[in-house]
Amino acid sequence: MWAFIHKLGSPKWFYAISARLQPWFWAAAALLLLVGSVWGLAFAPADYQQGNSFRIIYVHVPAAFLAQSIFVSMALAGLVFMVWKIKVADMAAAMMAPLGAAMTFIALFSGAVWGVPTWGTWWMWDARLTSMLILLFLYFGVIALRGAFASRDSASRAASVLAMVGVINIPIIKYSVDWWYTLHQPATFTVTSRPTMPVEMWLPLLIMVLGFYSFFIALTLMRTRSEILRRESTKRWVRDLAAEER
Amino acid sequence: MAGTETPMTDTEAAMALHREPHGGLVVALRATLKRDLLLLLRRRSEVLNPLVFFALVITLFPIGISPDPELLATIAPGLLWVAALLAALLSLDTLFRGDYDDGSLEQLLLTPQPLAALGLAKVAVHWLLTGLPLALMAPVLGIMLSLPAGSYGVLALSLALGTASLSLIGAIGAALTVGLARGGVLLSLLVLPLYIPVLIFGAGAVQAAILGDGVAAHLAILGALLAVTLMFAPWAIAASLRISING
Repeated sequence: MWAFIHKLGSPKWFYAISARLQPWFWAAAALLLLVGSVWGLAFAPADYQQGNSFRIIYVHVPAAFLAQSIFVSMALAGLVFMVWKIKVADMAAAMMAPLGAAMTFIALFSGAVWGVPTWGTWWMWDARLTSMLILLFLYFGVIALRGAFASRDSASRAASVLAMVGVINIPIIKYSVDWWYTLHQPATFTVTSRPTMPVEMWLPLLIMVLGFYSFFIALTLMRTRSEILRRESTKRWVRDLAAEER
Repeated sequence: MAGTETPMTDTEAAMALHREPHGGLVVALRATLKRDLLLLLRRRSEVLNPLVFFALVITLFPIGISPDPELLATIAPGLLWVAALLAALLSLDTLFRGDYDDGSLEQLLLTPQPLAALGLAKVAVHWLLTGLPLALMAPVLGIMLSLPAGSYGVLALSLALGTASLSLIGAIGAALTVGLARGGVLLSLLVLPLYIPVLIFGAGAVQAAILGDGVAAHLAILGALLAVTLMFAPWAIAASLRISING
């Protein structure tokens, strides 16, 4: 077990191991997303209250899940990088950040689109939307900080520290925004207590969530592999690999 | 003469070497506090500028929105808090900048005393000369915004408590960006999202005081936020300073 983890920490071995794992995650993502979206968008019953507009949750909820999980995994990768100096962890963290920001944006955008038929407006200072917006700013901060340094090593360590500070703050921000919202509750129609979902509705949702996670893992593996090649391009094994390709 | 003294000085030097790291922390903390206070008090404009900025921003709002006292009174708690928060943010860039430019930050890193403690001393001085004056000045600006009576004390107290957390959180961002030539906008991008909980409970305390609710809960949460940041921020500041110096 430990030997495997140590191997995973070396860019060369990670490159080899991920080559075997990657196709499985891509296949799982394609299958789950296909089944989930067809089932969710075409066959799941319409909501008795919101009609067909509720179907946006099949994109909104998985994106929102992923937006939060990616920040946590970015901070974990940062911790691994800071403590054990494992470079692959930092490469993965660097590759996760834009995807996390994109997922946060998708969650916000789909929430806004859902808001039009439900609230009659594109934007409400709803507790969940507001904390998502703050999460988006946190992602922008991490990405901008990494881009601001000239030396790659300082950039990696600075981004790791900021991601860890951010992850401690996310629950604090979330609870304080919830608390703020309950105080300033606007007198408009909000869907706070949804009726419990029947199986035909939440099963496709579960499949979509799993599909989004597989997609995230597959894409991160792929992007980390190309980042390894870019950063290690002067190493012997990468040159050998390039020579083989040619 | 010199021959007889040599063993004496050797043992003395050895003892001094042995002694220095032990009794040194209090001495080093006191020296850092004294030096930073002295430096800031000699550059008075750096202390005064955030206060002038605070007053200016507050002046802009009645001009931009409406001089109507009733309208101003309803938005005054949030306005005062946001303006004070921005003033505190603007002063952050100077927190480590001078020491970085003249190299004394490197000396601070080389001292045997823990960097987290020394960083905390620097932040304490920063709060004493920006956060506290802002808190004391806020009630005066509150009068200009016709803030309802009975909330002035809470305004000052919540700002005094809140700006301490703001200085600590902001110091992490300042330490991360001190090595960058143009870190100003980036600093606010990093720090502002982390300021939101403090803003919520700070402005909430003033609002509660106006509505006549108990303010103890808000102030207690502000205190709890300060306790949490006091626990984590010094380590993050120390790690960030090391990154900025060694990078």
